[in-house]
Amino acid sequence: MREATIRDALREALREEMRRDNTVFLLGEDIGRYWGGAFGVTKGLAEEFGDERVRDTPISENAVIGVGVGAAITGMRPVAEIMFGDLTALAIDQICNQAAKVRYMFGGQASAPLVIRTPFGAGVNIASHHSQSLEAWFMHTPGLHVAVPSTPYDAKGLLKTAIRGSNPVLFVEHKLLYPVKGLVPDEDYTVPFGVADVKREGKDVTIVATLYMVHKALAAAEQLSKEGVSAEVVDPRTLSPLDRKAIVKSVRKTGRIVIVSEDCKTAGVSAEIASVVAEEALDYLDAPIKRVAEPDTPIPFSPPLEKFVIPDEKSIIKAVKELIH
Amino acid sequence: MVIMVENAKLLEMYRQMLTIRFFEEKVFELYGQNLVPGTIHLYAGEEAVAVGVCANLRRDDYITSTHRGHGHCIAKGARLDKTMAEILGRKTGYCKGKGGSMHIADFSIGMFGATAVVGAGIPIAVGAGLSIKLRGTDQVVACFFGEGASNQGTFHEGINLAAVWGLPVVFVCENNLYAMGTRQSRVMIIENIADRAVAYGIPGVVVDGNDVLAVHDAARVAVDRARRGEGPTLIECKTYRLKGHSRFDPAAYRPKEEVESWLKKDAIGRFQMKLFELGVLSEVEVQKMVQDVKNAVDEATKFALESSFPEPQEALEDVYAAEEISTSK
Repeated sequence: MREATIRDALREALREEMRRDNTVFLLGEDIGRYWGGAFGVTKGLAEEFGDERVRDTPISENAVIGVGVGAAITGMRPVAEIMFGDLTALAIDQICNQAAKVRYMFGGQASAPLVIRTPFGAGVNIASHHSQSLEAWFMHTPGLHVAVPSTPYDAKGLLKTAIRGSNPVLFVEHKLLYPVKGLVPDEDYTVPFGVADVKREGKDVTIVATLYMVHKALAAAEQLSKEGVSAEVVDPRTLSPLDRKAIVKSVRKTGRIVIVSEDCKTAGVSAEIASVVAEEALDYLDAPIKRVAEPDTPIPFSPPLEKFVIPDEKSIIKAVKELIH
Repeated sequence: MVIMVENAKLLEMYRQMLTIRFFEEKVFELYGQNLVPGTIHLYAGEEAVAVGVCANLRRDDYITSTHRGHGHCIAKGARLDKTMAEILGRKTGYCKGKGGSMHIADFSIGMFGATAVVGAGIPIAVGAGLSIKLRGTDQVVACFFGEGASNQGTFHEGINLAAVWGLPVVFVCENNLYAMGTRQSRVMIIENIADRAVAYGIPGVVVDGNDVLAVHDAARVAVDRARRGEGPTLIECKTYRLKGHSRFDPAAYRPKEEVESWLKKDAIGRFQMKLFELGVLSEVEVQKMVQDVKNAVDEATKFALESSFPEPQEALEDVYAAEEISTSK
């Protein structure tokens, strides 16, 4: 094991998979020699693999994903980068109507092993077109997988699983997480889809969180422990497939749940997880389900406004205390 | 330029055009009997385009198609029985009844499925072209779409990418003058879609889409060019659909004189005359071929009608490739 940032872990996954399999190639805006991706994830890869396999594209998001679909159904394993998650809106037809449906609509004749990497999330004051968390759109699309890593270990292992799999994957990166460090094995490994990870064990309350919110939940749990409350932090790691059993198992143990998500509250990630608990674990609950999520606004620009709408340690601690006392 | 085509090939093209025409007439008849669920978009009238283009393709070449795709399937070599079964929603159909008329696919012959979102097949064709380039094969992609699709962003984004990357894609615009009921002149100031090729620095040609040999020749030049690695071409085929846009459309927006003038230019009648002139085909042979084709369509129809519908719970299959389905979803 050694320490690496999520940015480095993602790059290692891409590099190792490209070395292992000639059909893996990258495409996206400014991912090549000059920028190496807007967040630097693909830096150095064009130098190693050439411009054919690390392919800069014009600003044509819908066509970039469409090209990925066409390449994926003809034997390639494209990894497309959409520079900001908000811009997936430009490619929603190719993601949701084409990539996700190729297998089903054509009766299982084909599949589209296409990975779409994109950063979601707020926190760097770039306002409504560069800060959203849109995971729920893609969880709502049968045929797609949605990966939401929170640590370097998970990021590398999940990205490898995504590239090696046969299904299209919306691979979410959180822009505040790129520099976050963690331990990554030296040897080859993968992290399976649909298997949650308990990031911290506890017995009084379950906190389910993804992406950057895992770190906020862990900080909240640490603070709560000093006040005698033992919180368990469950990170689903993929939202589709969703590890319902792990969530139910934790609720069964703690009897309380706070769901933390950076996306909008209405019909969002937290709503889906709450419905899982309501359907499958209601009898284990000692208190109502609590959700801490974005209050159904676009993401504002000015720092105090943005800070106000994004869940943080304080809002998580407050929600937990409302359940316990 | 007139490209010499062997007699056997000419007859095969004629047979395919007849097959598409009679197949579509049968589909029309079946939906009149309420045997076709949903809607249909018939290819009748546009046969010369699919047949003229696909005559230049190999089995391992690719095509992408549209909501009006039955003709593309047949011209690329799809089986009539599985095509008809899919249109009728049967388990034996190409997509096991999950796609229907607008999504017929046969990946074994490089037919990537009809995409019913107008213009959405264009970047997918470009991606297949990129895949060919990266894999280093000499395959070619023919991408069919209508003039209506040329107003979508995908057309412009896709052709630009194919051009700048020099990909082996032949863009085939089937200009039948109407996007549903909207006449081209109401939504475009240009007359020729092929003029748009200039914007992307690729060749753009206009051909009479009801002249199968003209389509064949234009496609030959474009396919050869693509196969040599010299990049994409946009071919615009001026054509006309015999029926309305879809199931319930009487096409009242088309002036009677216009319809009549196009009927006179019907691709099958014209090609037949040409073959008579060339001495390749006789009246007797026409009668025999018509009967053969009708029999083939009838057999396919019988197969489809005798096939069962899928079991309802099959609706839950094929959402994901099996290897990755975890225990919890």
